[in-house]
Amino acid sequence: MDSEEQHILSFKTLGLILAALLLLTGITIAVSYFDLGIFNIFIALGIACTKVSLVLLFFMHLKYEGKAIRRSFIGTIFFLFIMISFMFWDYAFRH
Amino acid sequence: MTSQRDLTGIRIGMWLFLYTEIILFGGLFVIYSVYFYDYSAEFAKSGKELNRLIGSLNTIILLVSSFMVASSITALRREAKKLCLGLLAASFLCGGIFLINKYFEWTHKIAHGIYPNSPALTNGPPGKNVFFGLYYIITGLHGLHVIVGMTLLALSFLLVYKGKITAHHFSLLDNSGLYWHLVDLIWIFIFPLFYLIL
Repeated sequence: MDSEEQHILSFKTLGLILAALLLLTGITIAVSYFDLGIFNIFIALGIACTKVSLVLLFFMHLKYEGKAIRRSFIGTIFFLFIMISFMFWDYAFRH
Repeated sequence: MTSQRDLTGIRIGMWLFLYTEIILFGGLFVIYSVYFYDYSAEFAKSGKELNRLIGSLNTIILLVSSFMVASSITALRREAKKLCLGLLAASFLCGGIFLINKYFEWTHKIAHGIYPNSPALTNGPPGKNVFFGLYYIITGLHGLHVIVGMTLLALSFLLVYKGKITAHHFSLLDNSGLYWHLVDLIWIFIFPLFYLIL
């Protein structure tokens, strides 16, 4: 018995998300051919984060999940953020 | 089966596991970024030795396979069992093609003396050694996850075929899908970090 009627994503929505992902992939590949100095890495990672968000929100239906999953996921990202930024904060001042 | 199933609990459990995987790869990416800070020039130079075409193809293959896995759940829930099976089989194939591409990439590199602890790397610039060390570890661990993901997809295929996974009982397919999307997520970060750095 399906007690919660979990939202079913239509093929159309899924297809649109795939199209967006492929477009973003094309953009990130194209941008990598131009030397924009330090911006290259920011653009590449920015696009990667966007793609990851699309996969998470729609393919992994995070957009339609309840508070427990949404909050625990934000918690994990927050943990990663601390791990990465504190690592840099420490490392950058040793050299 | 008339036992009570805690569908929310099943899904939360799967997400908790995914968090451990995210932190695992997160840690590896931290190592990458620290060494990128130290050896940015060598990293960029070494990145050019990777095949961008294969990397791009693999990215597209995984994105399409994620779409197909997500669609297989929609198909099953709309009682289109054959479509569901077809999509799962196609996703499995995509995983296989991804691994075959990886095989060609790795063997090509190994043939050119680029492998962990090779003389070319040990005697070369340290930045290049670190870059390829990270390349093999991260793509290798990712490849293992692809194999596990493919196993889950195959299992899901069998259970859908046998009618054990249905439109109303699809937690295993759902969770296998989540694992497969995670594999896709990790590659979405691997791709620019190794193949696209200038």
